[in-house]
Amino acid sequence: MTTLFPGGIPALPYLQIDATGVPSIHAVRCGICSAVLIGAPSACAACGGRQLEETTLSDRGRLYTWTIVHRSFPGIATPFIAAVIELEGGGALKGTLFDVVPEPAVLAFDMPVRLIFRDSGQRDARGRPFISYGFIPGGDQP
Amino acid sequence: MTSVYIVGIDMISFGRFPHRTLAGLGAEAALLALDDAGLAITDMQAMYCGNLLMAGAMVGQRILREIGQTGIPVVNVANACATGATAFREGVVAVQGGLYDLVLAVGVEQMGRGLLNASERSDGFVEEGAIGSGSMPAMFAQIGIEHTRKYGTTFEQFAKVAVKNHHHATFNSKAMYRVETPLAEVMNAEMMAYPNTKLMCSANVDGAAAAVIASEAAVRRLGLSARAVRVRTSQLNSNPYSEREFALTDFNQVTQLCVDAAYEAAGVGPEDLQLVELHDCFATAEIVHYENLRLCNPGEAGRLIDSGDTALGGRIPVNLSGGLLSKGHPLGATGIANLYEIALHLRGEAGARQVQGARLGLTHVVGGGPDMGSACAVHILEKC
Repeated sequence: MTTLFPGGIPALPYLQIDATGVPSIHAVRCGICSAVLIGAPSACAACGGRQLEETTLSDRGRLYTWTIVHRSFPGIATPFIAAVIELEGGGALKGTLFDVVPEPAVLAFDMPVRLIFRDSGQRDARGRPFISYGFIPGGDQP
Repeated sequence: MTSVYIVGIDMISFGRFPHRTLAGLGAEAALLALDDAGLAITDMQAMYCGNLLMAGAMVGQRILREIGQTGIPVVNVANACATGATAFREGVVAVQGGLYDLVLAVGVEQMGRGLLNASERSDGFVEEGAIGSGSMPAMFAQIGIEHTRKYGTTFEQFAKVAVKNHHHATFNSKAMYRVETPLAEVMNAEMMAYPNTKLMCSANVDGAAAAVIASEAAVRRLGLSARAVRVRTSQLNSNPYSEREFALTDFNQVTQLCVDAAYEAAGVGPEDLQLVELHDCFATAEIVHYENLRLCNPGEAGRLIDSGDTALGGRIPVNLSGGLLSKGHPLGATGIANLYEIALHLRGEAGARQVQGARLGLTHVVGGGPDMGSACAVHILEKC
């Protein structure tokens, strides 16, 4: 069930939105060492190989590490959970973990999470929504 | 290759000096180091200047305008929090390679207060909070929690680092904060990014430190051997690829790579060291670096802080200066200030916090940040 974001603009260089409004994270897999790299590097960061193929990241992952940010830069609402997520099949992303109480006792290592795309609520100078991503708990497939 | 020595080294007392200039702070440290060596700026054949926040401003040249414009080559260096150590290393490498006999290395920084700010994006999108956090306390909190994940390290164990380093600072008149902070006070301080409370974060201060680096021939010619400290090895690395690097900048592998090269080049091991100054930018960082620097086996860092072995009087005291947590962390100055601390002990001049019989000491700094990568510099110094 992909949410469409027509008219939205990607909030990050490695995020892309196709003509129909489908968002995704750009990633490549190294044809030599199989490393999964986020973005569009010129060569493989792991081995220097230049045979990079576009790959699709899974939207399912697990909580690798985290912190609960209580004091951030001026104007940023806190607390929030800053998570590091390992995706199934390779690739790791940092991001905010939403819909979880920001308490240490609640945050279980390897808890399943889903990658979601969302309207960040922020707008550019022309009023277009910045489309961002984040994580929510739950990895059970329907 | 010649052996390389520190023949003069000093730092200014770290603090907040909003009414002084960056160049003035650097000049004060440079003159202190030259005086310590009994040398003059006219004896220096090159200068290596470390500064991060004004990296485009020719800070080295500005310092020479304050202490003597002799026309020597100046190399201005920026390498995140490894800036000062990188500048020092450039001097060491140049002397080692026979290019010069006597050079000056200076590290200097003037800092604002509060959190180091992530750079603002030109399109106006604010990543903080939307895409996790780009703050330094958050990144090093995640690194600490990764250690908890692997080994069960507790909030209390992380907090003990701050108790220890603040205790050490009470013996250091050049440290910014010189007050005891009991465990309960550390743990109940304002939470910045769990598990790092405010007292577990390094202090943003202004500071400067400088060193005069000499070849063996210069030490002999000038009769400087009595107080010379030998640089047994000088190592620098960038972060090698790590699987999660896009999500979490690596400071572990880069430190392991660097320290292993240092031990091999110096022909010594961690058991030969009498003291260590490591990069405790946050309390969580000191714990992971115990293992990265091979001061204990993987998984034993929590027990190491519990044992008291890394405190003054312990088996391998760490951050006797008070560390970045209490001495303060003026980014570009930090990597030379920790060399100063080791040199004090090797010279037997560390006063109440002196490690008796210190012969070998190690310094470690890392620099880096989210979406940046990292750097690590390790130096091993030896009493002559």
